Amino acid sequence: MASVAVIDYGMGNLHSISKALEHVAQGSEIIITSNPDKIIQADRIVFPGVGAIKDCMLALEEQSLIEVLKKTAEDRPFLGICLGMQALLEESDEGNSVSCLGLIPGKVVHFERGLVSPEGEKLKIPHMGWNNVHQTIQHPLWKGIPQEARFYFVHSYYAVPECAENSAATADYPEPFSCALSHKNIFAVQFHPEKSQTAGLQLLENFLGWNGAIPNN
Amino acid sequence: MALAKRIIPCLDVDNGRVVKGVKFVNIRDAGDPVEVARRYDFEGADEITFLDITASSDNRDTIVHMVEQVAGEVFIPLTVGGGIRKLEDIRRMLNAGADKVGINTAAVFNPEFVKEAADRFGSQCIVVAIDAKQVSEPGEPLKWEIFTHGGRKPTGLDAIEWAQKMVSYGAGEILLTSMDRYGTREGFDLPLTRAISEAVDVPVIASGGVGNLDHLSAGVLEGKADAVLAASIFHFAEYTVGEAKQAMRDRGIEVRL
Repeated sequence: MASVAVIDYGMGNLHSISKALEHVAQGSEIIITSNPDKIIQADRIVFPGVGAIKDCMLALEEQSLIEVLKKTAEDRPFLGICLGMQALLEESDEGNSVSCLGLIPGKVVHFERGLVSPEGEKLKIPHMGWNNVHQTIQHPLWKGIPQEARFYFVHSYYAVPECAENSAATADYPEPFSCALSHKNIFAVQFHPEKSQTAGLQLLENFLGWNGAIPNN
Repeated sequence: MALAKRIIPCLDVDNGRVVKGVKFVNIRDAGDPVEVARRYDFEGADEITFLDITASSDNRDTIVHMVEQVAGEVFIPLTVGGGIRKLEDIRRMLNAGADKVGINTAAVFNPEFVKEAADRFGSQCIVVAIDAKQVSEPGEPLKWEIFTHGGRKPTGLDAIEWAQKMVSYGAGEILLTSMDRYGTREGFDLPLTRAISEAVDVPVIASGGVGNLDHLSAGVLEGKADAVLAASIFHFAEYTVGEAKQAMRDRGIEVRL
């Protein structure tokens, strides 16, 4: 049976993500674990997370998870979610700059204060709620998900990938920012698929069926 | 294409059953939480809020169990408020599948709790619930004060200053309830909602007084709310969430349909 390891490092709502995965898992075993031996044996990796990036990196280090994350991010389908996406970049501006895993070139920055919508409305931080996701590449994880489908977001920082080709989708707040990243066998999203109803469940189902390759278009 | 304004049905839960108080008296039973949550999800609710009004601490586990059940079947954000007093309460709710917790009275009596909670779990899951009442007389500049105990006990805290303080302590969102309007079906207190929403950078959820669909739109357009919360108009199927969203879209509001 194919297995999915959901990385448990004390930073996130693991019940929700594992329940959502179980909901769409056809014959996949969902394992919530912080054990590097179990993680290395899993066929797929889900790396979730909410909270502060500094605590996230500290927790990964304390639980000796950095090596196994880097290893599995190289050779099998790997899905980063929210903070688990931000941690994949090289560094984050949050809390006077924090070094991250550096698996995708680029950095994480804060939304500017005082943003206003095109209609002149004050935009709140965190960016919280359902926003349209504009797919900028074709990818197996977008299969069956309509262009501009809405997903649920809650974050104050966002990823700025160095290479435009790593951006898999954008959302507007008010300017477009990268809300999904694609890099070989890694896919990562700023929004919460486990909380994004039909479109979110479709993305998770696509991930469970993905072999980690990006077909040439 | 932009961020949608949210519609949030709120379920008052007592011992694992959904109830809705009118001015905190005359409570009526409106069904099973999992069934109701599923229906709201199907209708297009953007989030669901559970307010636990279980009086006895012996029965606190019923809400944890309920959240687990709902979170296993409904894949939209869930907020749980009521009786959140310790970091351990928050941890249990998040582990059960809640995405956010609402802190109300505990914030008033111990503001540091909000700071500790935000540091530990992140601001994204900390909703500070504010119950406010107008205290200015007609003709005076508008002024609202924080009340506790279902709107019975004044605290002397100015509502706007309190909201700003809670945000500076790490609140990621404000759930603002007008205790003057709660249960009246006369509509949100729009000047209050607007005053708070303009005073803070985080999203504000308007609550208290919704009686028809125009009230929801007014909360966004005039109250500048980022989300609107309602209970009774949805519980008794007067309107569906879908109808509410269509009505808001007709008024030019961005919604998820």
